[in-house]
Amino acid sequence: MTPEEIEMKLNKILLNVTKPGRYSGGEMNITIKDWSQDAVRIALVFPDIYDIGISNIGLKILYDQINNRTDALAERAYAPWRDMEELMRSHDLPLYSLETYHPLGTFDMIGFSIPYETLYTNTLNILDLAGIPIRSKDRQDVDPIIIAGGHSTTNPEPMSAFIDAFVIGEGEEVIHDLVNVMKKWKSLRSSADKDSRKIREGILREMAKIDGVYVPSFYSVDYFPDGTIEKVTPDSADLPKIITKRMVAKLPPPPTSFIVPNIEAVHNRISIEIMRGCTRGCRFCHAGIINRPVRERPVAEIVEAAEAAIKSTGYEELALLSLSSSDYTHITDLVQAVSDHFAEKHLSISLPSLRIETVSVDLMDKLRDRRGTGFTLAPEAATERMRKIINKFIPDEQLLETCREIYSRGWTTIKLYFMIGHPSETLEDVQAIADLCKKVLAEGRKVIGFKAKVHAGVSTFVPKPHTPFQWVSCDSVEQITFKQNLLKRELRDKNIKLSWNPPEDTMLEALLSRGDRRLSEVIYLAWRNGAKFDAWQEERKYTIWNDAIRETGLDSDFYTHRQRRIDEIFPWDHISTAVKKSFLFKDLKSSLEGQIRIDCRQQCFACGILPTFNDLRRQNPGDYWKCPPVIGPGRKSVTRSDEEYSRIKAGESVKGSEDYS
Amino acid sequence: MSGWGMVWRETENETMRIRIKFSKSGGLRFIGHLDLHKIWERSTRRADIPLLYSQGFHPQPKIQIACALPLGFASNCELVDLWVDGTPDLFILKDSLSKAVPPGLKILDVENVDEKGPPLQTQVQSAEYKISLDQKTDIDSLRQKVEECNKAEKILRERRGKPYDLRPLIELLEVNLDDLKEKPQIHMILASREGATGRPEEVLDFLGIPFDETYIERIHLIFKT
Repeated sequence: MTPEEIEMKLNKILLNVTKPGRYSGGEMNITIKDWSQDAVRIALVFPDIYDIGISNIGLKILYDQINNRTDALAERAYAPWRDMEELMRSHDLPLYSLETYHPLGTFDMIGFSIPYETLYTNTLNILDLAGIPIRSKDRQDVDPIIIAGGHSTTNPEPMSAFIDAFVIGEGEEVIHDLVNVMKKWKSLRSSADKDSRKIREGILREMAKIDGVYVPSFYSVDYFPDGTIEKVTPDSADLPKIITKRMVAKLPPPPTSFIVPNIEAVHNRISIEIMRGCTRGCRFCHAGIINRPVRERPVAEIVEAAEAAIKSTGYEELALLSLSSSDYTHITDLVQAVSDHFAEKHLSISLPSLRIETVSVDLMDKLRDRRGTGFTLAPEAATERMRKIINKFIPDEQLLETCREIYSRGWTTIKLYFMIGHPSETLEDVQAIADLCKKVLAEGRKVIGFKAKVHAGVSTFVPKPHTPFQWVSCDSVEQITFKQNLLKRELRDKNIKLSWNPPEDTMLEALLSRGDRRLSEVIYLAWRNGAKFDAWQEERKYTIWNDAIRETGLDSDFYTHRQRRIDEIFPWDHISTAVKKSFLFKDLKSSLEGQIRIDCRQQCFACGILPTFNDLRRQNPGDYWKCPPVIGPGRKSVTRSDEEYSRIKAGESVKGSEDYS
Repeated sequence: MSGWGMVWRETENETMRIRIKFSKSGGLRFIGHLDLHKIWERSTRRADIPLLYSQGFHPQPKIQIACALPLGFASNCELVDLWVDGTPDLFILKDSLSKAVPPGLKILDVENVDEKGPPLQTQVQSAEYKISLDQKTDIDSLRQKVEECNKAEKILRERRGKPYDLRPLIELLEVNLDDLKEKPQIHMILASREGATGRPEEVLDFLGIPFDETYIERIHLIFKT
């Protein structure tokens, strides 16, 4: 179907859907390129609705990277909402790109960003709406190459039947490698036989040799009789046994010409990543492991980017993003610079992920971020014991003092984020969450009376791949329900709002994030039977998923509720985030012993990042990475003398650290 | 104050109410009234034109749009009033704003109006529409329907569960051929006062024309005299 035909059909059907602006394109700052040129054409897809996908920063980075080339073009597509999907199917309208209304099937490559697992069925649905065979093995030379990246793909196996090539890690550089391969093969592709797969095979063989690219069809998995993995083998000697993530040594300047939707979206704002990675080492945190090492952008670069972005977007909100804003080295300078620079511009500035300390309140005060009246803190656990287990140690008194400060500076609502279901959690740990919420509210009452409110967001822990907790099992639905009921019973004060996730959602997340490639069939069946938008709450989906698991003869408990063997080979073990499995296991043991590990900016615990990216660091000298000088392997850090520590702190090299620097 | 650029003749405490005539077409037809407000707010910020804000806890920029254009309609006669902080050169303002609006929106005219004048929404009397139809429409039977409508004393319709008479809201209704003399075209002028707004799709419904087979443009806003 031609773009003109698509536009004509759209004119007829768009008035019959909710928010037609989702499907019409024409936003500010899009890039429209000439299709008559022989450019490599890439569709970038966020597999959720437009309102959510439009603000995805990862795709925006790739969009710019590709469109800045003269030999490639990138356009966008999102998942149509149910009403639109129905009309598209009944009018034979294929999913098209918003820039030029070209059907997705006419692109050379489609890149999905899949940050969370509940987008898997949507990804299948989008392929289907585009008329592209769902399974990789059924695709021909004429079909686009399907790639995927994003946080969820650090365990690519559950989606391995549908994605031709996964990108592991950061996309800024590897996208160019992929485009270059496509470019080389493009002329051959256009002359391909209808039923041939030869060219496709050639392209994927070449892609599989790019660092950080995983082509699952070239790898086979053998299982032990008990269902655990025996080995994963590449089908050719020139393919890597372990696929190590890609990582950019230095963050390129952040995007500034954000695409401005013409309709309301979930995040209407400029997002500037001030820092990537986190050194805190919270043991439940997937992002904290996979985004290592910490790299910070200079203050001047951030302010300049914000300035340029306001000019090009006209947005009224600026978000300074990172996993832990307080750890940004020059946070006070940054906040000062931003508030000086953008005062009186009717701009609201948000700085998420602040540490629980009174300094954070000063920072927020300076930004006058009162638009949302809530101040968010994430203690994650409420007992000292549990805080040691998860390695996020904040004493109650520090939390309460911070809360007093927040209430007294004019905020009326404090949002507290907790998690239940941490390893070895008892009911006392859960009860303590309720008690702590009440204590916080009591502090608020003292300061501002009955205006004080607490919002407790209690999510459920899922042991994620590549984290120290990857060996532990997830709570069962019964356990979660019991704990949630306890909280509901305890937190009945009308000034405390409690929110939680349905336990069934947690089970689905656990299954999809911890599964192996046998789950592809489950995902396929669930999608075929109508599962989509799994991130949205809907009852029907649980039945569909349970039926799909039953039909494949798999046991969901095997994936979710099984304490994994120490020496077990995980479905994601051939994917490396550059953090060693032995490091993760050591950290798990520390957790069991209730030992905390300090911020690794202060002391290196040899996670594996530095030896893996040794060459990269050598090529980019300086202290851009926030890894401290290393205490060599084989030497217990506790044996270091005070004198040595002060030398390490002063930045001098210490014997044993040469291997890494 | 910062952010004035060279566009502004700096005079203290001076403000201006600027009326902009603009067209809305293409993909922007599918963007509703509230979203259009935001588009103006962001476009002025992109053009570095400082707007005046309301007082209070949640200051809002002072923007008034003449009357809501229903979703799906195109127009070449929309009006918006912006209260700006300063006394800009209108010629330069038109230029910088033209570069800052999204595709589908075109600035046709910019003028300075009385700051103390009544709200824009209350100044409109009626609106004129041009409706293009499919080639296959039978023009004779359509003419007959139009005549029937014009002759009627009352056309009782229901909107949001409330009955009302559509007839007095229709000030003009006629059928012509388009410029190429190929397809029929309906012309109508409907009341567009607050509390008395005639909706073209209601008239079309009475004429038996499916809404999604038409292309509707608003071509004129008629002010109270």
